[in-house]
Amino acid sequence: MDKNSSQDSDLKKDVEPVAPDMTPDPITTDQAEADTEVASVDSAEDISGMDSIINEFIVESYENLDQLDQDLVGLEQNPGEVSILSSIFRTIHTIKGTCGFIGFSKLESVAHVGENLLSKLRDGELVLNPPITSALLAMVDAIRQMLSCVEESQNEGDVDYSELIETLTTLLKGESSETAPVAVESSSSTETVEASGEVTPADQSEEPPVQVLVPEAKQEESPAKLAESGGGVEKKQENRSMADTNIRVDVKLLDQLMNLVGELVLARNQILQFGDQNQDAVFSATTQHLNLVTTELQEGVMKTRMQPIGNVWSKFPRVVRDLAASCGKKIRLEMEGKETELDKTLIEAIKDPLTHIVRNSADHGIETPAERIAAGKPEEGMLKLRAFHEGGQVNIEIIDDGGGIDPEKIKQKALEKNVITQEQAARMSDREFANLIFAAGFSTAAKVTNVSGRGVGMDVVKTNIEKIGGTVDVQSKFKEGTTLKIKIPLTLAIIPALTVMTGGDRYAIPQVNLLELVLLEGEQAVKSVEFIQGAPVYRLRGHLLPLIYLNEELKVKKQEENDKVNIVVLQADERQFGLVVEGVRDTEEIVVKPLSHQLKGISAFSGSTIMGDGKVALILDVMGLAQSARVVTQNRERSRLESSDKGDGKTTDKQTLLIFGLGENGRMAIPLSMVARLEEFNRADIEKSGEQEVVQYRGEIMPLICLSEIILGVKTSAQRETLQAIVYTQNGRSVALVADKILDIVDENITVKRGSSRKGTLGTVVVQGKVTDLLDAEAIVREKDPTFYDNKPLVTV
Amino acid sequence: MTENTQFCTFYLGDLFFGVKVENVQEVFRYQEMTRVPLAPSVVRGLINLRGQIITAIDLRARLCLEKLPEGQMPMNVVVRTKEGVVSLLVDEIADVLEVSEDNFERPPDTIDKVTRELVYGVYKLENKLLLILDTEKTVNMGVDSTTSSMVAEV
Repeated sequence: MDKNSSQDSDLKKDVEPVAPDMTPDPITTDQAEADTEVASVDSAEDISGMDSIINEFIVESYENLDQLDQDLVGLEQNPGEVSILSSIFRTIHTIKGTCGFIGFSKLESVAHVGENLLSKLRDGELVLNPPITSALLAMVDAIRQMLSCVEESQNEGDVDYSELIETLTTLLKGESSETAPVAVESSSSTETVEASGEVTPADQSEEPPVQVLVPEAKQEESPAKLAESGGGVEKKQENRSMADTNIRVDVKLLDQLMNLVGELVLARNQILQFGDQNQDAVFSATTQHLNLVTTELQEGVMKTRMQPIGNVWSKFPRVVRDLAASCGKKIRLEMEGKETELDKTLIEAIKDPLTHIVRNSADHGIETPAERIAAGKPEEGMLKLRAFHEGGQVNIEIIDDGGGIDPEKIKQKALEKNVITQEQAARMSDREFANLIFAAGFSTAAKVTNVSGRGVGMDVVKTNIEKIGGTVDVQSKFKEGTTLKIKIPLTLAIIPALTVMTGGDRYAIPQVNLLELVLLEGEQAVKSVEFIQGAPVYRLRGHLLPLIYLNEELKVKKQEENDKVNIVVLQADERQFGLVVEGVRDTEEIVVKPLSHQLKGISAFSGSTIMGDGKVALILDVMGLAQSARVVTQNRERSRLESSDKGDGKTTDKQTLLIFGLGENGRMAIPLSMVARLEEFNRADIEKSGEQEVVQYRGEIMPLICLSEIILGVKTSAQRETLQAIVYTQNGRSVALVADKILDIVDENITVKRGSSRKGTLGTVVVQGKVTDLLDAEAIVREKDPTFYDNKPLVTV
Repeated sequence: MTENTQFCTFYLGDLFFGVKVENVQEVFRYQEMTRVPLAPSVVRGLINLRGQIITAIDLRARLCLEKLPEGQMPMNVVVRTKEGVVSLLVDEIADVLEVSEDNFERPPDTIDKVTRELVYGVYKLENKLLLILDTEKTVNMGVDSTTSSMVAEV
């Protein structure tokens, strides 16, 4: 016994630090059972890590057993019913399997014989008769008893079930020796009596022996149980509590409840507003109460949808193990805070991005043992997942102690792929380089493995996380490791938002995007807003904040002219900008409702909501606004660098040009004033109208013009999955000019060096020290569609 | 044996329209709505219908008819479609009519193209014609509408 328990604790030491939540070796628990008295406390601690697994097992098994009782009785009435038999067989098989997995050998052995018996019944080798039914029911009782023992003391108890097993075995053998199934009934009775002679008093009829068998087994078990636990009856009632306090609920019902609570929150808001105007004391007390109850109800319902992040993580040990094996690496996976809860829909949404990151870290991050030893690190690499709540958000960190991100390598790759220019590279910090891994089509893996390295992925990870209102950031120390930090909101359905006014309408801005509010009054309002070539900016603590006027973006008329400037400072991606609105109201919890199909295409709005007064308000999509106002360009890093350039001032006499790549090394420019938008189209979205490639764009059909085809005579866009397009709009008609790569936006003093005879170009200029062709958009468009400039809009709905 | 179909009917100017009764969720009077900047011009705004936000489509604009005279308030015919519940703004709501399939006919080619696109049939009533609206096409602002209006223009 001593030896056992010492071994036991040794094993425990080995197992626990590696993965405290992983299933311990079955031996551990077996030994724990063997010395029940001494090790019962030990073993309870031992398995504490698996508590959740065992709890789930118990709850599930109880449900299954209840079903079994019904099934068995039903089967007795309809012995031929194969479907019931199969269902019983499956249930017992599941219980047996899980027992073996968790390490309850006694439970397993009982279930095992039962399963054998059932399989014979199922295969038609045996025909069900009352003794068999009773024996099976006795087995169900035994399993139930052991389960209650497990629930109470984490072990199966020391009741001896060998007699039950024997009975089952004899039934199994006795019957199988029978060759004539027709004779089963009569013969089985004698067989049973003979076989179970020691257990049951011999009887002539079929029913009694088994009826005795059951109580006898119980009688035998009960004293033992009493002796072990003291007060059997009381304990037994407590035992069932776990199963009784858990119920399974359809997620749909929870979603429905969530919607209803959303409605209730709205109604509450309306009543609160009404209550504020009303001075009645009783009424305000009632509203206060309603307020409290609603808040609690909302929290409660939201909790029901919460799931521990461990549900997603549970598959990672296997993923990492397999990956490590296939790459010949040694990786230790640590998990911290797996009980951190978040909304079910969010759990679903982060599953894929998280898997991707973990695979990435294991594949690219952690080095091979040889490399690690050479770098003076322990042979085994460490991959750590950490989750915790902070400031109403869920933080997830994926930390590895691998090779880290090499800024040089990133730089080379980025230059090679024209993601950044030399100049920008010179100014970027290591951290900015690291974040380039989120740029589209970027992979630094030296070779493409079957796991990752195809250059898709991290940008998708980022998009997916941003889709659910989250952010992702990477910090890396070369040769020391990488940390990826993901922040996501707790829930999506109800969010705090700031309401603002523009053009007489209310709009809601999600508070996640909100940084601060600035109010400029009187003289300040006039002076503080400066203009760089028509683009308004405000100096916020020494930094230039680009301003966007909401009414201009939404193309609505200003309602009132006043001398106040309300600036809502917002964060889109990593870029800040100021949204100028006419008025700022208060913050409110709003229920986000999706936009209808007809309005999906408007990037400025992410949804709608019902305000306290029952009216509908639109929710602004900060990211969409920033994009349409070109605060955030295709390449964020660049725009940031550019804006710091603008900080130098004196750019007024310069022209802003959009630089894009064409063909291998071609550089072309188009005045930014001619560019309506930059868009990315998927190849799948492109359709044909005759020979012309077109794309459906904002409810219109927009022709695509491949610039390389016209200028270089080669259609370079043909193989590409996504097309970078410059949307050029005149008189309400648009065409998409497809470039190979959008490179940059620059302010430059340009002088045309020489006129060009080349098709589609106006001439050649020097931009950023490089020769750049100036695009003759008009000529190109005219060639493709001679009627484009006819001063008549095509669509007049 | 002829079958009868029930239609919820309404007026747009002097045009008499019908929508299958089973597609209509409810009808109600004019309600204040929230306009949606940047939206297609046929979208008049968003309405809070007992906690559900629905889009109101100006049926006159959709059918390229003239605007409703100032001061006259349209009414809502709320229809269920594959794209969700949508309100159609009409001039005036009339009765629910039961009409015989015998009187059905495809619309003649001579009527306006947009109208022909959205009206899938005509019932010849005693003293007037009942135009049956295809609600799915009406609320779908995708390619269909654009092409049809382009065709109409060219």
